[in-house]
Amino acid sequence: MATSWTPDQPIVQCVDVRKSFGALEVLKGISLSVRKGEVICIIGPSGSGKSTLIRCINALQPITSGSIQIEGIEVTDPRLDKLALRRKVGMVFQQYNLFPHRTALQNVMMAPIHVLGQKRAEVEARARALLAKVRLAGKEDTYPGELSGGQQQRVAIARSLAMRPDIMLFDEVTAALDPETVKEVLVTIRELAEDGMTCILVTHEMNFAREVADHVYFTDRGVIVEHGPPDVLFTAAKDERTQRFLSQVL
Amino acid sequence: MKTTGHRLAVLLPYRPAPARMSVRIGPLPAAILCFCAIMAASTAWAQAGPTTLSPLQVIVKWSPLLLRGFAFNILISLLAMLLGTIAGLGLGLALLSESRLLAAVSWLVTQFFRNAPWLVLLFFVMFLVPFQITLFKTTIPLPDWIKATVGFALPVMANVAEVVRGAVRSIPSTQWEAAESLSFTRRQTMWLIMLPQCIKRMLPPWMNIYAIVAMSTVLASIVGVSEMLTLTAQVHAAEGGRPELFAPLYGFALLCFFLYCYPINLWTARLERRFRVR
Repeated sequence: MATSWTPDQPIVQCVDVRKSFGALEVLKGISLSVRKGEVICIIGPSGSGKSTLIRCINALQPITSGSIQIEGIEVTDPRLDKLALRRKVGMVFQQYNLFPHRTALQNVMMAPIHVLGQKRAEVEARARALLAKVRLAGKEDTYPGELSGGQQQRVAIARSLAMRPDIMLFDEVTAALDPETVKEVLVTIRELAEDGMTCILVTHEMNFAREVADHVYFTDRGVIVEHGPPDVLFTAAKDERTQRFLSQVL
Repeated sequence: MKTTGHRLAVLLPYRPAPARMSVRIGPLPAAILCFCAIMAASTAWAQAGPTTLSPLQVIVKWSPLLLRGFAFNILISLLAMLLGTIAGLGLGLALLSESRLLAAVSWLVTQFFRNAPWLVLLFFVMFLVPFQITLFKTTIPLPDWIKATVGFALPVMANVAEVVRGAVRSIPSTQWEAAESLSFTRRQTMWLIMLPQCIKRMLPPWMNIYAIVAMSTVLASIVGVSEMLTLTAQVHAAEGGRPELFAPLYGFALLCFFLYCYPINLWTARLERRFRVR
């Protein structure tokens, strides 16, 4: 079933995804699909299940029922090779989660060398290029603790990109940053989107979502209330919950 | 009624002034204290008579032998620590294993060896392990001191396992997630990401364990290993078992251990302070 996927089909396809933590149902039947090269933003109030959803997409958390397919690979398949799946899907976290005992360059190089078994020299050249791309040339030998939040987050993005993923997931990546460093991270993500990377972002940056997204999903209490192109959703939301949320954050 | 200005002492609960229980003695004063004990005994002896050696002379005379014994204590402690650390690392990783069975079994092993008196473990090893083993027609002798080393390595193993487990658990789970999302296997995550970060956290408790092992090696005297305490008793007997030699000879042993272990503890405390501020 994994082989039948062609690039004209959705690269990510979620159908009626449900996820419970004990008695608490966090996702109550989420369906969405993302095409290759698309940028989608998931917005909504805290606790609406946005982060849970993207953690389910790269199988960091198992779902209770429903189906998630990445390039035709069924994530819920018990025989799933999670490591193979995650090589296709890069993820950037709110708290950067860099490895504090390794320098910026080593953080970027580790996974390609140890996971993909690529040659060190080749990986290093690529890692340096990636750090330059996220405007961190000169910071290669700096440890994460000595970098600002925005810089750490850009290293984290470079670290994910070094695995050459097909899809990038961003889990509220600017939420922990100082306002003045938010922009530099958003610029990096926008460039990535312009390069044609498929991106799924959970974000509170409404202006950014409006500017960069091809499609915006508004979630509340575990369901997708409404979705559409940003121009439509942000200006002419139909649902009362969406309107109320947008009036609070815009 | 205006009583707010005064607190009626009678109505207040009685609070004893906090007693300062810990007596802090610097390394130098403590060493001087030990030395004084030896000297005091020597001067007391000086009035007795010229024919026999003074306690200080006895110590000087026998110190090469006694210090060799002490070196043996250190050797045993270092080997026990080496063995125990290697085994403890393995046991600690087993404690963290995803396999429930392995984790449960290693938990039992850890708890057993952590909560058993060291001397009892030592006896068990001494009497259960044969004095030699024959492997492929070659006979390997197992002298007492090797068996004692293994006996000490067992509790070290269990304690190191706990240190490893605690340190790995103290790393935020987000590090696991980051590693997982980059497709690292569990084993790679452990060796490349978790353990290197743990070394700092593990060092102070690990050194604590070592200081305890070093001091505990004298237990080997009970099972007949010729370490410092055994030799001290033998020297005492060789000098006629004179009662006035008892304090100086054993004081010398105390001094040796103190001078060895105190700097380790001092260094441990310093590392703990340094690592706490991150």
